[in-house]
Amino acid sequence: MDKLKFAFYWAASCGGCEIAVLDINEKILDVVAKADIVFWPVAMDIKYKDVEAMPDKSIDVCLFNGAIRNSENEHMAKLLRQKTKVLVAFGSCAHEGCIPGLANLHDRKEIFERVYCETPSTKNPDKVVPASPVKVKEGELDKPEFYDTVKTLDQTVDVDYYLPGCPPPVDLIVNALDAITKGELPPKGAVLAPSKSVCDECPRKKEQKKISKIYRVYEKAPDPEKCLLEQGILCMGPATRAGCGAQCLNVDYPCTGCGGPCPNVPEQGAAMLSALASILGVEEEKEGGYDPEKLINQIKDPVGTFYKYSLPHSIINRKVMKK
Amino acid sequence: MSEFEPTIIGFLCNWCAYAGADLAGTSRIQYPPNIRIIRVMCSGRVDPAFILEAFKDGADGVLVAGCHLPSDCHYLSGNFKAQKRFILLENMLSQLGVEPERLRLEWISASEGDKFAAVVKDMVTKLKKLGPSPLKNGGNAIG
Repeated sequence: MDKLKFAFYWAASCGGCEIAVLDINEKILDVVAKADIVFWPVAMDIKYKDVEAMPDKSIDVCLFNGAIRNSENEHMAKLLRQKTKVLVAFGSCAHEGCIPGLANLHDRKEIFERVYCETPSTKNPDKVVPASPVKVKEGELDKPEFYDTVKTLDQTVDVDYYLPGCPPPVDLIVNALDAITKGELPPKGAVLAPSKSVCDECPRKKEQKKISKIYRVYEKAPDPEKCLLEQGILCMGPATRAGCGAQCLNVDYPCTGCGGPCPNVPEQGAAMLSALASILGVEEEKEGGYDPEKLINQIKDPVGTFYKYSLPHSIINRKVMKK
Repeated sequence: MSEFEPTIIGFLCNWCAYAGADLAGTSRIQYPPNIRIIRVMCSGRVDPAFILEAFKDGADGVLVAGCHLPSDCHYLSGNFKAQKRFILLENMLSQLGVEPERLRLEWISASEGDKFAAVVKDMVTKLKKLGPSPLKNGGNAIG
Protein backbone atom coordinates (compact mmCIF):
# COMPACT_ATOMS: atom_id res chain seq x y z
CA MET A 1 0.00 0.00 0.00
CA ASP A 2 1.19 3.49 -0.82
CA LYS A 3 2.00 5.72 2.10
CA LEU A 4 -0.68 8.18 3.12
CA LYS A 5 -0.04 11.84 2.38
CA PHE A 6 -0.48 14.21 5.33
CA ALA A 7 -0.55 17.99 5.44
CA PHE A 8 -0.58 20.38 8.40
CA TYR A 9 -1.48 24.03 8.23
CA TRP A 10 -1.92 26.91 10.64
CA ALA A 11 -4.19 29.86 10.02
CA ALA A 12 -5.14 32.34 12.78
CA SER A 13 -3.77 30.48 15.78
CA CYS A 14 -1.06 30.68 18.42
CA GLY A 15 1.08 27.76 17.31
CA GLY A 16 0.12 25.58 20.27
CA CYS A 17 -1.64 23.09 18.00
CA GLU A 18 1.61 22.54 16.08
CA ILE A 19 3.32 21.68 19.35
CA ALA A 20 0.41 19.40 20.28
CA VAL A 21 1.18 17.34 17.17
CA LEU A 22 4.72 16.85 18.48
CA ASP A 23 3.41 16.09 21.98
CA ILE A 24 2.40 12.66 20.73
CA ASN A 25 6.15 11.92 21.16
CA GLU A 26 7.35 8.58 19.77
CA LYS A 27 3.92 7.96 18.23
CA ILE A 28 5.02 10.37 15.53
CA LEU A 29 7.34 7.58 14.31
CA ASP A 30 4.32 5.32 13.73
CA VAL A 31 2.73 8.16 11.82
CA VAL A 32 5.72 8.76 9.56
CA ALA A 33 6.03 5.01 9.00
CA LYS A 34 2.56 5.05 7.47
CA ALA A 35 2.44 8.55 6.07
CA ASP A 36 4.51 11.14 4.24
CA ILE A 37 4.17 14.72 5.32
CA VAL A 38 3.85 16.76 2.15
CA PHE A 39 3.10 20.20 3.60
CA TRP A 40 3.87 21.64 7.03
CA PRO A 41 5.02 25.27 6.97
CA VAL A 42 6.24 25.23 10.58
CA ALA A 43 8.64 22.34 9.95
CA MET A 44 9.30 22.17 6.20
CA ASP A 45 10.61 24.53 3.57
CA ILE A 46 7.73 24.56 1.16
CA LYS A 47 5.83 27.30 -0.62
CA TYR A 48 2.14 27.83 -1.27
CA LYS A 49 2.78 27.47 -5.00
CA ASP A 50 4.05 23.93 -4.38
CA VAL A 51 0.65 23.10 -2.88
CA GLU A 52 -1.07 24.81 -5.79
CA ALA A 53 0.88 22.52 -8.14
CA MET A 54 -0.34 19.34 -6.42
CA PRO A 55 -3.17 17.46 -8.16
CA ASP A 56 -6.65 17.87 -6.61
CA LYS A 57 -7.44 15.44 -3.77
CA SER A 58 -3.86 14.21 -3.76
CA ILE A 59 -3.40 14.85 -0.03
CA ASP A 60 -5.13 12.16 2.03
CA VAL A 61 -5.51 14.06 5.30
CA CYS A 62 -5.00 17.70 6.25
CA LEU A 63 -4.98 18.73 9.91
CA PHE A 64 -5.92 22.40 9.72
CA ASN A 65 -5.57 24.51 12.84
CA GLY A 66 -6.44 28.16 13.27
CA ALA A 67 -9.44 30.36 12.59
CA ILE A 68 -10.10 32.31 9.39
CA ARG A 69 -9.26 35.93 10.12
CA ASN A 70 -7.74 37.22 6.86
CA SER A 71 -7.72 36.55 3.13
CA GLU A 72 -4.55 34.43 3.33
CA ASN A 73 -6.22 32.08 5.84
CA GLU A 74 -9.25 31.88 3.58
CA HIS A 75 -7.18 31.22 0.47
CA MET A 76 -5.27 28.40 2.15
CA ALA A 77 -8.47 26.88 3.58
CA LYS A 78 -9.98 26.78 0.10
CA LEU A 79 -6.79 25.53 -1.51
CA LEU A 80 -6.27 22.75 1.02
CA ARG A 81 -9.93 21.74 0.76
CA GLN A 82 -9.43 21.37 -2.97
CA LYS A 83 -6.25 19.29 -2.60
CA THR A 84 -7.36 17.15 0.35
CA LYS A 85 -9.60 14.12 0.73
CA VAL A 86 -10.16 14.39 4.51
CA LEU A 87 -10.01 17.86 6.05
CA VAL A 88 -9.86 17.94 9.85
CA ALA A 89 -10.56 21.11 11.83
CA PHE A 90 -7.76 20.66 14.35
CA GLY A 91 -8.12 22.48 17.64
CA SER A 92 -10.52 25.02 19.01
CA CYS A 93 -9.66 27.86 16.58
CA ALA A 94 -10.54 25.88 13.47
CA HIS A 95 -13.45 24.19 15.28
CA GLU A 96 -15.07 27.22 16.96
CA GLY A 97 -12.92 30.33 16.55
CA CYS A 98 -11.34 30.18 20.01
CA ILE A 99 -9.43 33.15 21.49
CA PRO A 100 -8.85 34.87 18.10
CA GLY A 101 -12.64 34.75 17.76
CA LEU A 102 -13.10 37.10 20.72
CA ALA A 103 -11.95 39.78 18.27
CA ASN A 104 -15.54 39.57 17.02
CA LEU A 105 -16.39 41.88 19.93
CA HIS A 106 -14.65 44.54 17.81
CA ASP A 107 -14.12 45.25 14.12
CA ARG A 108 -11.09 45.84 11.96
CA LYS A 109 -11.04 49.58 12.53
CA GLU A 110 -11.18 49.26 16.32
CA ILE A 111 -8.54 46.54 16.36
CA PHE A 112 -6.15 48.52 14.13
CA GLU A 113 -6.61 51.64 16.27
CA ARG A 114 -5.88 49.73 19.43
CA VAL A 115 -2.97 47.70 18.12
CA TYR A 116 -1.22 50.25 15.90
CA CYS A 117 -2.09 53.52 17.65
CA GLU A 118 -3.29 53.25 21.24
CA THR A 119 -1.17 50.59 22.93
CA PRO A 120 1.14 52.27 25.47
CA SER A 121 4.31 50.92 23.85
CA THR A 122 3.38 52.24 20.41
CA LYS A 123 4.59 55.48 18.90
CA ASN A 124 2.67 56.11 15.71
CA PRO A 125 1.92 59.83 15.36
CA ASP A 126 1.00 59.48 11.66
CA LYS A 127 -1.47 56.70 12.51
CA VAL A 128 -0.06 54.31 9.93
CA VAL A 129 -2.14 51.14 9.82
CA PRO A 130 -1.94 48.19 7.42
CA ALA A 131 -3.56 48.96 4.10
CA SER A 132 -3.65 47.03 0.91
CA PRO A 133 -2.50 47.46 -1.80
CA VAL A 134 0.27 49.94 -1.04
CA LYS A 135 2.21 51.80 -3.73
CA VAL A 136 5.96 51.94 -3.18
CA LYS A 137 8.54 53.08 -5.66
CA GLU A 138 9.28 49.52 -6.81
CA GLY A 139 5.63 48.90 -7.60
CA GLU A 140 2.50 47.80 -5.78
CA LEU A 141 2.56 45.74 -2.60
CA ASP A 142 -0.27 43.44 -1.71
CA LYS A 143 -0.86 41.83 1.62
CA PRO A 144 -3.59 39.67 3.05
CA GLU A 145 -6.78 41.55 3.83
CA PHE A 146 -7.69 41.63 7.52
CA TYR A 147 -11.39 40.84 7.99
CA ASP A 148 -13.84 42.44 10.42
CA THR A 149 -15.13 39.05 11.50
CA VAL A 150 -13.26 35.90 12.51
CA LYS A 151 -14.80 32.75 11.09
CA THR A 152 -14.40 29.08 11.84
CA LEU A 153 -13.03 26.69 9.25
CA ASP A 154 -16.44 25.16 8.57
CA GLN A 155 -17.95 28.60 7.96
CA THR A 156 -15.42 28.89 5.13
CA VAL A 157 -15.12 25.41 3.58
CA ASP A 158 -16.64 21.96 3.99
CA VAL A 159 -15.04 20.16 6.96
CA ASP A 160 -14.94 16.37 7.41
CA TYR A 161 -13.97 16.00 11.10
CA TYR A 162 -13.38 18.09 14.19
CA LEU A 163 -10.71 17.62 16.82
CA PRO A 164 -11.64 19.91 19.73
CA GLY A 165 -9.42 21.39 22.43
CA CYS A 166 -6.97 24.22 22.93
CA PRO A 167 -4.82 22.41 21.94
CA PRO A 168 -6.38 18.98 21.28
CA PRO A 169 -5.39 16.53 24.04
CA VAL A 170 -2.69 14.03 23.08
CA ASP A 171 -4.98 11.01 23.53
CA LEU A 172 -7.51 12.43 21.11
CA ILE A 173 -4.79 13.15 18.54
CA VAL A 174 -3.39 9.63 18.88
CA ASN A 175 -6.87 8.09 18.55
CA ALA A 176 -7.62 10.24 15.51
CA LEU A 177 -4.30 9.42 13.81
CA ASP A 178 -4.86 5.71 14.55
CA ALA A 179 -8.34 5.84 13.07
CA ILE A 180 -7.02 7.68 10.01
CA THR A 181 -4.10 5.35 9.35
CA LYS A 182 -6.32 2.29 9.84
CA GLY A 183 -9.11 3.79 7.75
CA GLU A 184 -11.60 3.44 10.61
CA LEU A 185 -13.03 6.95 10.73
CA PRO A 186 -16.60 7.58 11.95
CA PRO A 187 -19.23 9.17 9.68
CA LYS A 188 -18.37 12.56 8.19
CA GLY A 189 -18.99 15.56 10.42
CA ALA A 190 -18.11 13.72 13.64
CA VAL A 191 -16.29 15.37 16.50
CA LEU A 192 -13.41 13.02 17.33
CA ALA A 193 -13.92 13.15 21.11
CA PRO A 194 -16.04 11.40 23.75
CA SER A 195 -19.67 12.45 23.97
CA LYS A 196 -19.54 13.09 27.72
CA SER A 197 -18.97 16.35 29.58
CA VAL A 198 -15.81 17.38 31.42
CA CYS A 199 -17.66 16.74 34.74
CA ASP A 200 -17.81 13.05 33.80
CA GLU A 201 -14.02 12.90 33.68
CA CYS A 202 -13.45 15.20 36.66
CA PRO A 203 -12.34 13.34 39.81
CA ARG A 204 -13.60 16.02 42.21
CA LYS A 205 -16.38 15.28 44.67
CA LYS A 206 -19.72 16.66 43.56
CA GLU A 207 -22.53 17.27 45.99
CA GLN A 208 -25.22 19.89 45.80
CA LYS A 209 -24.83 22.78 43.43
CA LYS A 210 -25.96 26.02 45.00
CA ILE A 211 -23.75 29.06 45.35
CA SER A 212 -24.14 32.64 46.54
CA LYS A 213 -20.78 34.16 45.82
CA ILE A 214 -18.61 33.82 42.76
CA TYR A 215 -14.86 33.91 43.22
CA ARG A 216 -12.39 34.64 40.48
CA VAL A 217 -9.51 32.20 40.32
CA TYR A 218 -7.05 34.41 42.18
CA GLU A 219 -9.49 35.20 44.99
CA LYS A 220 -9.64 31.80 46.58
CA ALA A 221 -7.42 28.79 47.29
CA PRO A 222 -9.83 25.99 46.41
CA ASP A 223 -10.41 22.80 48.35
CA PRO A 224 -8.54 20.23 46.21
CA GLU A 225 -11.21 17.53 46.59
CA LYS A 226 -14.43 19.43 46.03
CA CYS A 227 -16.16 20.51 42.80
CA LEU A 228 -14.90 24.00 41.92
CA LEU A 229 -18.32 25.21 40.84
CA GLU A 230 -19.72 24.27 44.26
CA GLN A 231 -16.96 26.39 45.79
CA GLY A 232 -18.07 29.39 43.75
CA ILE A 233 -15.32 29.21 41.13
CA LEU A 234 -16.81 29.50 37.69
CA CYS A 235 -16.11 26.23 35.87
CA MET A 236 -17.35 25.50 32.34
CA GLY A 237 -17.13 21.73 32.90
CA PRO A 238 -20.88 21.02 32.81
CA ALA A 239 -21.24 22.55 29.34
CA THR A 240 -17.95 21.38 27.83
CA ARG A 241 -17.10 18.26 25.90
CA ALA A 242 -14.74 15.81 27.55
CA GLY A 243 -11.64 14.15 26.12
CA CYS A 244 -9.10 16.12 28.12
CA GLY A 245 -9.25 13.98 31.25
CA ALA A 246 -10.14 17.15 33.18
CA GLN A 247 -6.47 18.20 33.07
CA CYS A 248 -7.11 21.72 34.32
CA LEU A 249 -9.31 20.52 37.20
CA ASN A 250 -6.52 18.19 38.30
CA VAL A 251 -4.32 21.22 38.94
CA ASP A 252 -7.01 23.29 40.71
CA TYR A 253 -7.84 25.37 37.68
CA PRO A 254 -11.45 25.57 36.46
CA CYS A 255 -12.47 24.42 32.99
CA THR A 256 -12.76 27.41 30.66
CA GLY A 257 -14.51 25.49 27.90
CA CYS A 258 -11.93 24.77 25.17
CA GLY A 259 -13.45 21.39 24.35
CA GLY A 260 -16.47 23.04 22.81
CA PRO A 261 -20.10 22.08 23.29
CA CYS A 262 -21.38 18.65 24.28
CA PRO A 263 -23.28 16.81 21.54
CA ASN A 264 -26.93 17.90 21.20
CA VAL A 265 -26.27 21.15 23.10
CA PRO A 266 -24.69 23.16 20.31
CA GLU A 267 -24.82 26.50 22.12
CA GLN A 268 -22.18 26.01 24.80
CA GLY A 269 -22.31 29.55 26.19
CA ALA A 270 -26.09 29.62 26.56
CA ALA A 271 -26.02 26.20 28.22
CA MET A 272 -23.53 27.34 30.84
CA LEU A 273 -25.25 30.70 31.32
CA SER A 274 -28.45 28.83 32.00
CA ALA A 275 -26.87 26.34 34.37
CA LEU A 276 -25.01 28.97 36.34
CA ALA A 277 -28.01 31.28 36.72
CA SER A 278 -30.08 28.43 38.12
CA ILE A 279 -27.61 27.47 40.87
CA LEU A 280 -26.82 31.04 41.88
CA GLY A 281 -28.70 32.29 44.94
CA VAL A 282 -30.83 29.18 45.51
CA GLU A 283 -30.58 29.69 49.29
CA GLU A 284 -31.53 33.35 49.02
CA GLU A 285 -34.65 32.47 47.01
CA LYS A 286 -35.92 30.48 49.96
CA GLU A 287 -34.35 32.18 52.97
CA GLY A 288 -34.73 35.81 51.92
CA GLY A 289 -32.22 38.41 50.85
CA TYR A 290 -32.72 37.53 47.19
CA ASP A 291 -31.28 40.25 44.98
CA PRO A 292 -31.03 38.95 41.41
CA GLU A 293 -29.13 41.94 40.00
CA LYS A 294 -26.50 41.70 42.71
CA LEU A 295 -26.13 37.94 42.24
CA ILE A 296 -25.82 38.13 38.47
CA ASN A 297 -23.63 41.21 38.36
CA GLN A 298 -20.89 39.18 40.02
CA ILE A 299 -20.29 37.81 36.52
CA LYS A 300 -18.22 40.61 35.05
CA ASP A 301 -17.74 39.49 31.47
CA PRO A 302 -20.48 37.12 30.28
CA VAL A 303 -19.27 36.82 26.66
CA GLY A 304 -15.64 36.32 27.69
CA THR A 305 -16.69 33.75 30.28
CA PHE A 306 -19.27 31.70 28.42
CA TYR A 307 -18.00 32.18 24.86
CA LYS A 308 -14.28 32.32 25.49
CA TYR A 309 -13.67 29.71 22.78
CA SER A 310 -16.88 29.68 20.78
CA LEU A 311 -18.02 33.18 19.84
CA PRO A 312 -17.61 32.83 16.02
CA HIS A 313 -19.40 29.48 16.19
CA SER A 314 -22.32 30.73 18.28
CA ILE A 315 -25.82 31.80 17.26
CA ILE A 316 -24.92 35.50 17.42
CA ASN A 317 -21.35 35.30 16.22
CA ARG A 318 -20.15 38.85 16.70
CA LYS A 319 -20.94 42.24 18.13
CA VAL A 320 -23.36 44.28 16.07
CA MET A 321 -21.39 46.42 13.63
CA LYS A 322 -22.34 50.04 13.24
CA LYS A 323 -23.13 50.88 9.64
CA MET B 1 -43.32 53.82 2.85
CA SER B 2 -45.50 52.07 5.40
CA GLU B 3 -44.60 52.22 9.07
CA PHE B 4 -42.14 49.65 10.44
CA GLU B 5 -44.00 46.81 12.13
CA PRO B 6 -41.80 45.02 14.65
CA THR B 7 -42.04 41.27 15.17
CA ILE B 8 -42.08 40.15 18.79
CA ILE B 9 -41.63 36.57 19.92
CA GLY B 10 -43.39 35.94 23.22
CA PHE B 11 -42.51 32.94 25.38
CA LEU B 12 -45.44 32.64 27.78
CA CYS B 13 -45.72 30.12 30.57
CA ASN B 14 -48.64 27.74 30.46
CA TRP B 15 -49.99 28.47 33.93
CA CYS B 16 -50.03 32.26 34.26
CA ALA B 17 -48.88 34.39 31.35
CA TYR B 18 -50.48 32.29 28.60
CA ALA B 19 -53.74 32.22 30.54
CA GLY B 20 -53.38 35.99 30.94
CA ALA B 21 -53.00 36.37 27.18
CA ASP B 22 -56.00 34.12 26.73
CA LEU B 23 -58.01 36.33 29.06
CA ALA B 24 -56.98 39.39 27.05
CA GLY B 25 -58.46 37.64 24.02
CA THR B 26 -61.69 36.44 25.60
CA SER B 27 -62.18 39.87 27.20
CA ARG B 28 -61.80 41.43 23.74
CA ILE B 29 -59.00 43.71 24.90
CA GLN B 30 -57.37 45.26 21.84
CA TYR B 31 -53.61 44.94 21.47
CA PRO B 32 -51.28 45.11 18.45
CA PRO B 33 -50.92 41.89 16.43
CA ASN B 34 -47.11 42.08 16.34
CA ILE B 35 -46.54 39.37 18.90
CA ARG B 36 -46.11 35.69 18.00
CA ILE B 37 -46.81 33.63 21.07
CA ILE B 38 -45.02 30.40 21.94
CA ARG B 39 -46.47 28.58 24.91
CA VAL B 40 -43.95 26.91 27.17
CA MET B 41 -44.64 24.96 30.35
CA CYS B 42 -42.68 27.39 32.51
CA SER B 43 -40.69 30.58 32.10
CA GLY B 44 -37.86 28.50 33.58
CA ARG B 45 -38.08 26.32 30.47
CA VAL B 46 -36.92 29.16 28.22
CA ASP B 47 -33.39 28.25 27.21
CA PRO B 48 -31.35 31.42 26.54
CA ALA B 49 -30.49 29.80 23.19
CA PHE B 50 -34.22 30.10 22.22
CA ILE B 51 -33.96 33.86 22.65
CA LEU B 52 -30.71 34.06 20.68
CA GLU B 53 -32.28 31.96 17.91
CA ALA B 54 -35.34 34.22 17.86
CA PHE B 55 -33.14 37.25 17.30
CA LYS B 56 -31.07 35.49 14.67
CA ASP B 57 -34.21 34.45 12.82
CA GLY B 58 -35.45 38.03 12.65
CA ALA B 59 -37.30 38.93 15.85
CA ASP B 60 -37.16 42.63 16.73
CA GLY B 61 -38.03 41.96 20.36
CA VAL B 62 -38.49 39.02 22.71
CA LEU B 63 -40.91 38.85 25.63
CA VAL B 64 -40.60 36.22 28.33
CA ALA B 65 -43.54 36.14 30.71
CA GLY B 66 -44.29 33.90 33.65
CA CYS B 67 -45.90 33.68 37.08
CA HIS B 68 -45.39 36.37 39.69
CA LEU B 69 -42.44 36.19 42.07
CA PRO B 70 -41.92 34.88 44.65
CA SER B 71 -44.50 32.15 45.05
CA ASP B 72 -46.84 31.91 42.05
CA CYS B 73 -44.72 29.54 39.96
CA HIS B 74 -46.46 26.23 39.31
CA TYR B 75 -43.06 24.54 39.65
CA LEU B 76 -42.05 26.58 42.72
CA SER B 77 -38.86 28.18 41.42
CA GLY B 78 -39.00 28.32 37.61
CA ASN B 79 -39.64 32.05 37.65
CA PHE B 80 -36.54 32.65 39.81
CA LYS B 81 -34.44 30.73 37.30
CA ALA B 82 -35.99 32.65 34.43
CA GLN B 83 -35.26 35.97 36.11
CA LYS B 84 -31.59 35.25 36.80
CA ARG B 85 -31.00 33.84 33.32
CA PHE B 86 -32.74 36.80 31.81
CA ILE B 87 -30.57 39.37 33.61
CA LEU B 88 -27.42 37.48 32.67
CA LEU B 89 -28.54 37.21 29.05
CA GLU B 90 -29.37 40.91 29.00
CA ASN B 91 -25.85 41.72 30.23
CA MET B 92 -24.40 39.45 27.59
CA LEU B 93 -26.49 40.84 24.73
CA SER B 94 -25.51 44.38 25.63
CA GLN B 95 -21.86 43.31 25.22
CA LEU B 96 -22.85 42.13 21.75
CA GLY B 97 -24.42 45.48 20.93
CA VAL B 98 -28.10 44.48 21.15
CA GLU B 99 -30.25 47.22 22.74
CA PRO B 100 -31.65 46.08 26.13
CA GLU B 101 -35.09 47.47 25.19
CA ARG B 102 -35.52 44.54 22.79
CA LEU B 103 -35.77 42.12 25.68
CA ARG B 104 -38.48 42.10 28.28
CA LEU B 105 -39.36 39.92 31.24
CA GLU B 106 -42.79 40.34 32.82
CA TRP B 107 -44.82 38.56 35.47
CA ILE B 108 -48.40 38.23 34.26
CA SER B 109 -50.97 36.23 36.19
CA ALA B 110 -53.95 34.42 34.69
CA SER B 111 -56.20 37.30 35.76
CA GLU B 112 -54.06 40.04 34.21
CA GLY B 113 -55.30 40.13 30.61
CA ASP B 114 -55.16 43.91 30.72
CA LYS B 115 -51.53 43.83 31.84
CA PHE B 116 -50.61 41.49 28.98
CA ALA B 117 -52.23 43.81 26.45
CA ALA B 118 -50.52 46.85 27.99
CA VAL B 119 -47.10 45.15 27.91
CA VAL B 120 -47.46 44.24 24.24
CA LYS B 121 -48.67 47.73 23.36
CA ASP B 122 -45.77 49.32 25.20
CA MET B 123 -43.22 46.99 23.62
CA VAL B 124 -44.52 47.69 20.13
CA THR B 125 -44.34 51.46 20.69
CA LYS B 126 -40.78 51.24 21.97
CA LEU B 127 -39.63 48.88 19.22
CA LYS B 128 -41.13 51.11 16.53
CA LYS B 129 -38.98 53.94 17.86
CA LEU B 130 -35.93 51.68 18.02
CA GLY B 131 -36.35 50.38 14.45
CA PRO B 132 -35.57 46.93 13.05
CA SER B 133 -33.22 44.68 14.98
CA PRO B 134 -29.61 44.86 13.79
CA LEU B 135 -29.54 41.07 13.86
CA LYS B 136 -32.44 40.78 11.41
CA ASN B 137 -32.10 38.59 8.32
CA GLY B 138 -28.71 37.41 9.37
CA GLY B 139 -28.01 41.12 9.82
CA ASN B 140 -24.60 42.70 9.75
CA ALA B 141 -23.76 40.83 12.90
CA ILE B 142 -23.51 37.62 10.93
CA GLY B 143 -20.88 37.48 8.24
